[in-house]
Amino acid sequence: MSALTLEGVTKRFGSLVAVDDVSLTVLKGTFVCLLGPSGCGKTTLLRLIAGLEAPSAGRILLAGAEVTGLPTHKRDFGMVFQSLALFPHLSVRDNIAYPLRIRGAAKAEWESRVGELLDLVHLQDHGERPVSRLSGGQRQRVAIARALAVSPRLFLLDEPLSALDAKLREAMQVELRQLQQKLGITTIVVTHDQREAMTMADLVVVMGDGRIHQAAAPVEIYRKPADAFVADFIGSTNLLDIAASGSSQALFDGVPLPGVILPAGVQRARLSIRPEDVRLTDPANATLTGRVTFLRDLGGTVETFVEAADTTIVAVSTRREQTQVAAGEQIGIRLPAEACVVLTR
Amino acid sequence: MRREPARTFSDLLPLLFPAAVLVVFFVIPFGIMVAVSFFRRQQGGFYTVDFVVANYERFLTPFFGSVLGFSLFLAMAVAVCCVVVALPFTSFLSGCSRRVQVVWLVGILAILSLSEVIIGFAWSTLFSRTAGIGNLLAALGLMEAPKALLPGFGAVLTGMIYQALPFTILLLYPSLMRLDPSLLEAARTLGASPLRGFVSVVVPALRHTIAATLIMVFVFALGSYLLPQILGRPQHWTLSVLITDQAIYQSNMPFAAAMAVFLVLISLALVGLVLLVGGRREAA
Repeated sequence: MSALTLEGVTKRFGSLVAVDDVSLTVLKGTFVCLLGPSGCGKTTLLRLIAGLEAPSAGRILLAGAEVTGLPTHKRDFGMVFQSLALFPHLSVRDNIAYPLRIRGAAKAEWESRVGELLDLVHLQDHGERPVSRLSGGQRQRVAIARALAVSPRLFLLDEPLSALDAKLREAMQVELRQLQQKLGITTIVVTHDQREAMTMADLVVVMGDGRIHQAAAPVEIYRKPADAFVADFIGSTNLLDIAASGSSQALFDGVPLPGVILPAGVQRARLSIRPEDVRLTDPANATLTGRVTFLRDLGGTVETFVEAADTTIVAVSTRREQTQVAAGEQIGIRLPAEACVVLTR
Repeated sequence: MRREPARTFSDLLPLLFPAAVLVVFFVIPFGIMVAVSFFRRQQGGFYTVDFVVANYERFLTPFFGSVLGFSLFLAMAVAVCCVVVALPFTSFLSGCSRRVQVVWLVGILAILSLSEVIIGFAWSTLFSRTAGIGNLLAALGLMEAPKALLPGFGAVLTGMIYQALPFTILLLYPSLMRLDPSLLEAARTLGASPLRGFVSVVVPALRHTIAATLIMVFVFALGSYLLPQILGRPQHWTLSVLITDQAIYQSNMPFAAAMAVFLVLISLALVGLVLLVGGRREAA
C-alpha cells in the first residue's frame, strides 16, 4: 500500500524553481532518504510534504487521500528540524508531552505515553531536565521522541544528524534505522551525506536542480546509476566519453571496449565505472594503455591515476592486488564489461 | 569568561568614565531633588534650606493617592497594550524580507522622532467632532452622528500607545530576529494552529524579553505629562502633570520634588518586584 504519493509537485520562489515536477510513490513502512547536494530542493520538498510550504502545482496524497491543501497542524506528521527546534522554556518531559497536550490528552494518558517514549529513546532519567542542559545526542533523541509522540502517519527528518560529531552521527544512524524498523513507520529523511543514506534507507531518492534523478534501493543507486549526475554524486566514479561503432559496439578513443554495447540508435554516451572495478594489467594484454600520473598510497588501498586519451582514470586496488608501477610508467587497463554502466542521459 | 577581582587602581580606570557620567547626570540631580524635597517653601518666593517633612505629609491624602494610582494604572495599561499589539506585529515583521523590514523600521523610527506635542495635537484633531474620525465612522454608519472622541480616557490611552508603540517594537525586534523560526513551525507540525503555537511557544520562549519590554515601556509611559492634558479630563491627569503644575505654575519646588522622589521610589519598587517574581519563577 502506498503511504505517500507525490504527483507533479512543483514549487517556484519567484523565477527560481526549487522543486520541479516531482512524482514519487512511497510504500508504507519504507525508510526514504532524499539525497542531494545543497540547494537541490530536497529540504523544500520535505517542507512541501509537511505542509510548511504550499506547492505551486501538483498534488500530495496520503494513503490515497489528498492532503495538498490541508494545514500542517491537521496532518498528524512528526517532523524533526535541522535546528531540532526544542522548546527552550520546557523540560524534556513537557517538550515530548506538547503534541499530546495540544490534542487535549488527559494527564494520566500523556504521562504514561511520555514514559514510553523516554524509554524508547533511552532518556528515562532525564524527564525533568531543561532541554538546555542536554548533550547534542540527547537533544536529538528528545526531538525524535517529541515527533513520534502521537504515532504520526509520516515521520519527516530534515538533516537530523548534521549537528552531531562524526562518531555520534554513525551511532545515531544505526539507532534511527533500528527505531524505524521497530515502529514500522514510513520515514523520510533529508540528507546530503551519502553514507547516511546508504546506512539507513530502503529507498534513496537522488535529487539535483529540483528534479529526481533516480529513486532506487541504495545498492542499485551505486551499481546502476541512472545518469552521470547520480554516478558522480554517489561515491566516486570514472566517466568516459564513448561513441558507437557501426555495430553498436562502444568505442573509447577509437578503441573497442569488449562486451560494452550502446543501446540501438545512440551514437554518443558516457560510461561509468567505479575505481574499484578498474583492473590494472600488463600493457601487452590490456584493453587500454595509459601513463601513470600519480599514486596515492592510503595504506589499506592504493589509488592509481592513469591518463589515457586526455581522460584520467582512477583505479583503486588493495595492496595485495597491486602491480608494481611507478609514476610515469605505461600501464594497461581492463574495464570488465559487467562493471560498466552506459549512461545515455 | 573568567572574572578576577580588580587588583590595582588601573584595573578600575575603564569604569571611571561611566561612573562619572552616572554621578554628574543622575546622582547629583537626584540628590538635589531629594534635598529640595525636605526644604521649606516660601510663599510667593522660592524655598529656604530647612528639614521639614510637610511636603511628604501633604502627599498622603486620598487625592494624591488616587492620582498616583491612576498614573501607575495608565502606564501599566499602555505597557500591556503596546506589548500585546507589538508582539504579533514584530513577529510577523521578522519573517518578512530584509527590504520590507527596512521600510517598516524607518517608518517606525520616523514616528519615534515626533515630539509629544505634535502627537498630542494630531490626535486631538483626529478625535474632534468637526474634523475627526467620528465623521468617517458616521459616513460608514457605525456612528449615528459625528461625535468628539475627546477628552476621555480612551483618547489618552490611544495617544500614549501611539507614542510608545514604536519604542516597544524596536525593543522586541532584536529578540524576535534571533528566535529560531522553526520553533513555530515545529509547534505547527506537532498539532498546534499558528495562533496556538504563537501563544504556547513563541510567547513563553520570549518571556524574559517581554518582561523587560513591559518594564521599559511602563517607565517610558510614566513620564508622559502632555498627552493626558491635551487628550484627557482633569481626572485623567497623571502625577507628572501635577509635578509640572506645582513646579512651574505654583512655584512650589519642594512639593514637586517630593512628588517626583515618591514617583521614582514607587516605580523602582515595582520594577524590583517584577524582577523578583521573574527571578523566582526562573529558579523554580
